[in-house]
Amino acid sequence: MGYSGFRVIKEGLFGQRGWKPVWRDPEPKAEYDAIIIGGGGHGLATAYYLAKEHGLTNIAVLEKGYIGGGNVGRNTTIVRANYFLPGNSEFYSHSLKLWEGMEQDLNYNVMHSQRGLINLFHSDGQRDAFVRRGNAMINQGDDAILLDTDGVRKHLPYLDFDNVRFPIYGGLYHPRGGTARHDAVAWGYARGADQRGVDIIQNCEVTGIDIEGGVVKGVQTTRGAIKAKKVGIVVAGRSGQVAAMAGMRLPIESHVLQAFVTEGLKPIINHVVSFGMGHFYISQSDKGGLVFGGDLDFYSSYAARGNLPMKEHVMDAAMTLMPAIGKARVLRSWGGIMDMTPDGSPIIDKTPTEGLFIDCGWCYGGFKAVPGSGFSFAHLMATGQHHEPAAKFRLDRFRDGHGLMDEEGTGAQHNLH
Amino acid sequence: MRLTCPNCGERDRREFYYYGDAIALRRPAPDAVPEAWDDYLHNRKNPAGDTTDLWFHEAGCGAWLVVDRNTVTHAVHGATLAEKAKR
Ligand SMILES: Cc1cc2nc3c(=O)[nH]c(=O)nc-3n(C[C@H](O)[C@H](O)[C@H](O)COP(=O)(O)OP(=O)(O)OC[C@H]3O[C@@H](n4cnc5c(N)ncnc54)[C@H](O)[C@@H]3O)c2cc1C
Ligand SMILES: [Zn+2]
Repeated sequence: MGYSGFRVIKEGLFGQRGWKPVWRDPEPKAEYDAIIIGGGGHGLATAYYLAKEHGLTNIAVLEKGYIGGGNVGRNTTIVRANYFLPGNSEFYSHSLKLWEGMEQDLNYNVMHSQRGLINLFHSDGQRDAFVRRGNAMINQGDDAILLDTDGVRKHLPYLDFDNVRFPIYGGLYHPRGGTARHDAVAWGYARGADQRGVDIIQNCEVTGIDIEGGVVKGVQTTRGAIKAKKVGIVVAGRSGQVAAMAGMRLPIESHVLQAFVTEGLKPIINHVVSFGMGHFYISQSDKGGLVFGGDLDFYSSYAARGNLPMKEHVMDAAMTLMPAIGKARVLRSWGGIMDMTPDGSPIIDKTPTEGLFIDCGWCYGGFKAVPGSGFSFAHLMATGQHHEPAAKFRLDRFRDGHGLMDEEGTGAQHNLH
Repeated sequence: MRLTCPNCGERDRREFYYYGDAIALRRPAPDAVPEAWDDYLHNRKNPAGDTTDLWFHEAGCGAWLVVDRNTVTHAVHGATLAEKAKR
């Protein structure tokens, strides 16, 4: 049954007894046309678009834990299309357009809020770089507005504008940027895929990939062997382990990224604010918590929790940017396992094994990519052809250096992103 | 997280710069095939468990260390000087 305002009122009047689980809990079948390994945002979106755009409905999503337990439920929910380099630029632009139609398409409230993103700058050189980025965004058909100090002050009066080290010179404003409710995105795609016949199988860990004569035949799981003609690996931070089941070594290192949330407060931050010089960004959730984060801890890790030095660094940056935050109390912090590539850009490609595809390398920025990645990966799995907006996300770009997308301009080396 | 530098003793993680997998010590021959260079520069075992990686004691003695540690528990098992580890 669909959701509507009328239904919310009706259920309210009758004690909320009419709501049913929104996806089934099926036993795995012996065989599917396609299997998606990993029930995070990207895996679920891939299954959804395989069913919706390509009519492939005999498919299963295999998730080792529960839906929403991975990075899709751990991120700080920033959605934007402010990339600079060809490859990334068209991909994130396409993804943002899918975001803008997502709630109607899924009939699900993901609380997508285009509250605007402001990237701050603190020097003439940085301003030039942001002017260039803004022009690239406009050329791509997206929106960008350059703000001077007073322009930023109008939007964000609570910042420390005259900080000695980082005085605020202005900001690049991206009005279509914003946030969304991360779990709802996973749930919405899971529901949409399930409604189209996709089996979503939780507590089902893939432990092996069956390959015969260079062709994929299926997978081994903790719930038995399952055959499939096509298999897609979409496991984010666990990409290294799952790819190893197919004899591959990926250009990926898994790192920990932390995030923080305060107690619920009255509205103060109406935008997403990014303070690049402090490796700090912040927004306020609809519940009132200030949600903020910083950079990687910078050592490979699968612990899904970080260490104290990065926590201290993030708090320092918060105090530098907006001293008022010192009054707020941090409620909790957590970490996620990030699939970092050497150039900081993702991979959506075939593998050397026929019928086996991979979607990975989203680093710390794959939440905004959920619809675009699912759409483009489904296209690749269904048709065998790269989808135009994601056509540059090739696995072999590292070997020959052709087509590297180093958005930060720091070099295509593992420890630099 | 604290690392024990063979020269300086146990120190705060903040004194160290992280480089990555100790595969960096096994540089291919200059005329090796491109695949060997790709493996050396990019492709990683990326283990969930015990790993060996390189850390630079930037705010200490300035030595490169080969550190054995666990990526799941963050336990640090030990460190040796890279100049000695290098074959
Ligand atoms: C703290 C933090 C902040 C972030 N902030 C942002 C942000 O503001 N904006 C943004 O765009 N991005 C952000 N990200 C990045 C984003 O969350 C990720 O890039 C994205 O969620 C990864 O894709 P996913 O949703 O498919 O991953 P996941 O949800 O991790 O999905 C992968 C799934 O695969 C499953 N799996 C693994 N191995 C197996 C196996 N063998 N068998 C079966 N299943 C398996 C896992 O259990 C997991 O559920 C952030 C990440 C973190 C951790
Ligand atoms: Zn030392």
